[in-house]
Amino acid sequence: MDYTATQSGFRQRKLQPNMRLRTSLVDGSEGSQLFEDTSGAASGPQTGNQQAGPQAAGFPGQSILSDPMSNLAMAYGSSLASQGREMVDKNLDRFIPISKLKYYFAVDTVYVGKKLGLLVFPYMHENWEVSYQQDTPVAPRFDVNAPDLYIPAMGFITYILVAGLALGTQNKFSPELLGVQASSAFVWLIMEVLAVLLSLYLVTVNTDLTTIDLLAFSGYKYVGMIVGVVAGLLFGRPAYYLSLLWCCVAIFVFMIRTLRLKLLSEAAAEGRLVRGAKNQLRMYLTMSIAAAQPIFMYWLTYHLIR
Amino acid sequence: MELKSFYMAFTLYSLIQTAILCTNAIAVLHEERFLSKFGWGVDHGVGGFGDDPGIKAQILTLIRSVRTVMRVPLIIVNSACIVLLLLFG
Repeated sequence: MDYTATQSGFRQRKLQPNMRLRTSLVDGSEGSQLFEDTSGAASGPQTGNQQAGPQAAGFPGQSILSDPMSNLAMAYGSSLASQGREMVDKNLDRFIPISKLKYYFAVDTVYVGKKLGLLVFPYMHENWEVSYQQDTPVAPRFDVNAPDLYIPAMGFITYILVAGLALGTQNKFSPELLGVQASSAFVWLIMEVLAVLLSLYLVTVNTDLTTIDLLAFSGYKYVGMIVGVVAGLLFGRPAYYLSLLWCCVAIFVFMIRTLRLKLLSEAAAEGRLVRGAKNQLRMYLTMSIAAAQPIFMYWLTYHLIR
Repeated sequence: MELKSFYMAFTLYSLIQTAILCTNAIAVLHEERFLSKFGWGVDHGVGGFGDDPGIKAQILTLIRSVRTVMRVPLIIVNSACIVLLLLFG
């Protein structure tokens, strides 16, 4: 409810500067040059043109709309534009599920705060299950355990900026370095998600983890990386190692506790020791996914603190 | 500095190259001439219909499906790569 209110308030605030700009253009003498009346009727002298200029600029639509031919053309153009937009939306939805993505960005400040605290200190949290609502998972706004894409996306961008800052303190910064850092971190992320997908396929785990869920879980390590690098920048190398160690252990515990409920069978998830090759394989899979996170965290940040 | 330049060589373009090379490598594994010699042929893959196909059966299914599905797109992508590399080096 308040989300839409703040959104419309933001839109109103954004409209006002635009309107101010447009009126200032009309008042200036350059307005006549920018909004030249080209409908063919205004072939008068220059002074008349300048006087009619502000008027024509103030109401540019009137002279255009009075001509029925251009009226038809404008109607046709707008219908074509809406048709094209529909087609783009439909085709884009086939490749990138936009409606599913919206679920992952339905967050609010309280959720983000709690989740960040959980990523750094997951030891006190007891209930790690995602609550459902009539067979669909509840939006992240209402459940701390649900994965979201807001924190990974923001964490990725912040990581690139902090990496640029860290490289700047080593006098190695140049603008294209930011792009290189971004693309290589992105490549590692994609490779990690593909590796996890492949191993999930090979172990034939019946789980409801989607690709976007895996992307979200892999993106949570950026928070720990940022904490480590910032601590290293502020307080030196020992602080970097200490905070990175703390965040690595925290992410390890977080991933194990989250993935345990999704990958393992019911009995094993509750903590009882269940024998059997399949469960053992699944346990190894969970462990290796969780162990890959600290490795990546160290690999992506060690060259930033020299 | 040498370590850093090795690290920084990963771009999206290299990811595409890696994907094409890996897919080519999987598509080249021939059933009769090569995989049967290792006991990984078409008769060893599909075992039981139980709920647990096992890792070997999954890998064999993956190889066969990659070979079937990606045959034509790989031809197109490889030809495009060859032409681009010949033209632009």
